[in-house]
Amino acid sequence: MARIDLRGLAHSYRPAPRGRADYALKRMDMTWRDGGAYALLGPSGCGKTTLLNIISGLLVPSQGQVLFDDEDVTDIIPEDRNIAQVFQFPVIYDTMTVRQNLEFPLRNRRVPEPEIAARVAEIAEALHMTDDLPRKARGLTADAKQKISLGRGLVRRDTAAILFDEPLTVIDPHLKWLLRSQLKDLHRRYDFTMIYVTHDQTEALTFADSVVVMHEGAVVQVGTPTELFERPAHTFVGYFIGSPGMNVLPCEITGASARVGHQTVPLARGYAPSGGKVELGVRPEFVRVDDGPDGLAAQVTDVEDVGRYRIARLRLEGHPMAAILPDGARLDGHTTRVGFDPAHVNVYVDDHLVEGEA
Amino acid sequence: MQTKPVNQKAWFLVLPVFLLVAFSALIPLMTVMNYSVQDTFGNNQFFWVGLEWFEDILQSERFHDAFLRQILFSALILAIEVPLGIAVALCMPTRRFWTAVVLVLMALPLLIPWNVVGTIWQVFGRVDIGLLGKALYSLGVDYNYTQDPLSAWITVVVMDVWHWTSLVALLCYAGLQSIPDAYYQAARIDGASRWAVFRHIQLPKMKRVLLIAVLLRFMDSFMIYTEPFVVTGGGPGNSTTFLSIDLVKMAIGQFDLGKAAAMSILYFLTILLLSWVFYTVMTSGEGNGRATRRRGRADA
Amino acid sequence: MLTLDTVTSVVDGETHLADISLTLESGSLNILLGPTLAGKTSLMRLMAGLDAPTSGRVLVDDRDVTGVPVRDRAVAMVYQQFINYPTLSVYENIASPLRVARRPKAEIDRKVREAAALLRLEDMLDRTPQALSGGQQQRTALARALVKDASLVLLDEPLANLDYKLREDLRAELPRLFAASGSILVYATTEPAEALLLGGHTATLHQGRVTQFGPTLDVYRRPATLLTAQTFSDPPLNVLPVTKRGPAVTAADGTAVPLGDRMTGLGDGGYTLGFRPHELSLRPPATTAGVLSAPGVVAVTEITGSESYVHAQALGQRWVALDPGIHAVSPGQTVTLYLDARRCLVFGPDDRLVAEPPTLAAA
Repeated sequence: MARIDLRGLAHSYRPAPRGRADYALKRMDMTWRDGGAYALLGPSGCGKTTLLNIISGLLVPSQGQVLFDDEDVTDIIPEDRNIAQVFQFPVIYDTMTVRQNLEFPLRNRRVPEPEIAARVAEIAEALHMTDDLPRKARGLTADAKQKISLGRGLVRRDTAAILFDEPLTVIDPHLKWLLRSQLKDLHRRYDFTMIYVTHDQTEALTFADSVVVMHEGAVVQVGTPTELFERPAHTFVGYFIGSPGMNVLPCEITGASARVGHQTVPLARGYAPSGGKVELGVRPEFVRVDDGPDGLAAQVTDVEDVGRYRIARLRLEGHPMAAILPDGARLDGHTTRVGFDPAHVNVYVDDHLVEGEA
Repeated sequence: MQTKPVNQKAWFLVLPVFLLVAFSALIPLMTVMNYSVQDTFGNNQFFWVGLEWFEDILQSERFHDAFLRQILFSALILAIEVPLGIAVALCMPTRRFWTAVVLVLMALPLLIPWNVVGTIWQVFGRVDIGLLGKALYSLGVDYNYTQDPLSAWITVVVMDVWHWTSLVALLCYAGLQSIPDAYYQAARIDGASRWAVFRHIQLPKMKRVLLIAVLLRFMDSFMIYTEPFVVTGGGPGNSTTFLSIDLVKMAIGQFDLGKAAAMSILYFLTILLLSWVFYTVMTSGEGNGRATRRRGRADA
Repeated sequence: MLTLDTVTSVVDGETHLADISLTLESGSLNILLGPTLAGKTSLMRLMAGLDAPTSGRVLVDDRDVTGVPVRDRAVAMVYQQFINYPTLSVYENIASPLRVARRPKAEIDRKVREAAALLRLEDMLDRTPQALSGGQQQRTALARALVKDASLVLLDEPLANLDYKLREDLRAELPRLFAASGSILVYATTEPAEALLLGGHTATLHQGRVTQFGPTLDVYRRPATLLTAQTFSDPPLNVLPVTKRGPAVTAADGTAVPLGDRMTGLGDGGYTLGFRPHELSLRPPATTAGVLSAPGVVAVTEITGSESYVHAQALGQRWVALDPGIHAVSPGQTVTLYLDARRCLVFGPDDRLVAEPPTLAAA
């Protein structure tokens, strides 16, 4: 397994890119730790697949370098790069048995027979697929096929990293849990560097130690799930992570208080005056409803019961926002008073998080 | 079970097709059956002869020879056109513009009427005025399809290859196009050789279209008539007299209707049998797809 | 109103649908929830008239339409794949069902523009579907279903191929879009969370059978069988087999399960407790009354930012606990899991619900 560095990397699908907009991938520098579990999260068209293809070698970047353990592999073709990839739709060799599928990458590299047998037996055991070895791969279910795809990467001892391109798309929800926890198990056991591309926040957050959020070809934040949740660096991260996403309210800030419309929101820190678009970001989880007389007046537009909790849809000074209601919280009538936990109110200037002064 | 009006309606919908098939295929077939067990002298008098014609045909050397020629011809055609068609499909350019150009060029031979194809090659191969024939002759190659059986065979086979390989190629190309990119990427990552990619990805994924290509080419080549008839007329001697040519000679040339009818039936049964064999062999080991669905259901 | 009366569908000797009876009211939103191959699509095809049942009847407003082909019914369907006419503009795509019905030009124009406005496609009307994003393509397909004014609208996992966030937006809009039309809306999904977000009524499907049908929250909170509870739980339902002897209820290893009076009146024997991950916690509750505490070995933890999923092996079962906040527990570690036993679903020996948790305070 290896550490992966991206240096000054950028890519454009146009032969002669002019402006920033021509780049599908904006210039970035990044390090992927050896043995780390990373998720690459973003909506379709954000450049995450482009980045994955550059790391796997299917695409040569227009600028910058890709380093595997300090070795420049930018121009090296995928087969010589020692990466493995699991695709969105299961790729298996139909005519082969499960065993032959797992042997395939080793056979192609002329690994000695006894080692092939030992390695395949070990990986099949780790995948809980020992009994399936003699079966034709074609007849297996989608989740088993995905495990074989992963297995073909794991059998090779030289695999530098395993890349996953939305691998759970075709898997049923109840199996997703099983597969994801098996994957985490395998990751702990074999300690491979893994990069997992997805548009699904739950998958990204539950799977990765570190999540890379991409938006319009640029990396907007790299952080642990908790950091992304509590301190989104960009309003896009706040919107994209969390369901419902972070509430964003236009405001004016003077010192340690913000004005939303005619109402005042206390802040935990003071902020220097600045130009540009100023907004407050607060997660629905940190919005208290029925907050007593000091709260901000808001209109209730809807309450959705989703079983485990309820979501209140509100309007504060005309701006739509959401709040998660705890068990037993009462919300009657069309108006309520809401309060925000000052520690969890973030301030954004032109969509970027700004740190206040204590 | 309850009656379903929708199904009865469906029968009415296929009725016209049924009638059409009946008139175009079944009734002539019945007529042929009728002829095959009777003798006539052309004066509308028929005599029951039982299976005599069939025995005659099966014992006749002329039929044996034509039959073997036919088998050899179809085997050659399949052995050349299928691999060649696959090879052409694999070599198709990837750039959109050139793909379009090559596809149009390849489709051209398929658009030419069969007798015209024959005429083209008949002229093309002539030693006195044909481009191919004259060129070979001046190069000192002993080529003359009107006199030398080998030359005649080569001409007929090459003509068929020229005419029909593009059909196989087009079908295979369509099959190849349906393979998702991820398969090729996975194979590259697995370090698969070009051959392994062909053997384990492209060939299995082309299987269905190949089945269609083989069946079409087999049936067509087995029934070939027009082109060799125009080029060689079945000669020199009987060297390119295939079953259909023989059949026509017998029916029209000799007016041996009973025998010709018996031969047609044997001919028809042979094609049916061999097509079934091809189909069974090529689809063996399939049906797994449905098994998966059933298992998936049990799992779910 | 659409009624399915003991409908069964057998294809090639394989039972796709078994003995299904359902009544869907006009103007209602109905969700078909179940894993892949549970029969959701087969059932929709049958409702649409694309397939005829092997036995049983399909009634529209009490009129038997079994076997009436789809083109003679007022049905609109939207699929998981984005299906549009590739060469037609978005405008023409939306207008197509109206053109087929030979509506007057002015009416077509008005309806297309209305639908486009509702689905936020006004600026895309001149483009062809290929020039659109996946979300916009699916909006086009939905707009087409909308203008058709069909009395039955079938949506077969319409959001499955869309990005998570787009899904969220469209999901919120969908029920409102069709609410005005008074049509019966049927929505197939594999995701329990999606069913809960949509609301309406839910039919849970398992291997070609409808295991329960009722208001979505009702089915979620009071699943009639263990199977329904499992179908309607994501992450998977936690279970604990218990034995009742007199007033004592114990797990397999002898641990007493403090169910209080929840199982009074029930006979002795084997029962199964079912509880969802958010009912299992790693934090000691304020009161220990009625709480089952069990040691568990952590297998995997997953953090969603605000919450943690902890997968653990406890009392011989694999459980998932969903806890608010971040838990720094590592695999292999032993933790104590707390379960409010009074909130469990109790299933009898035949896996039928015998005791439901006390109704939550109605909000």
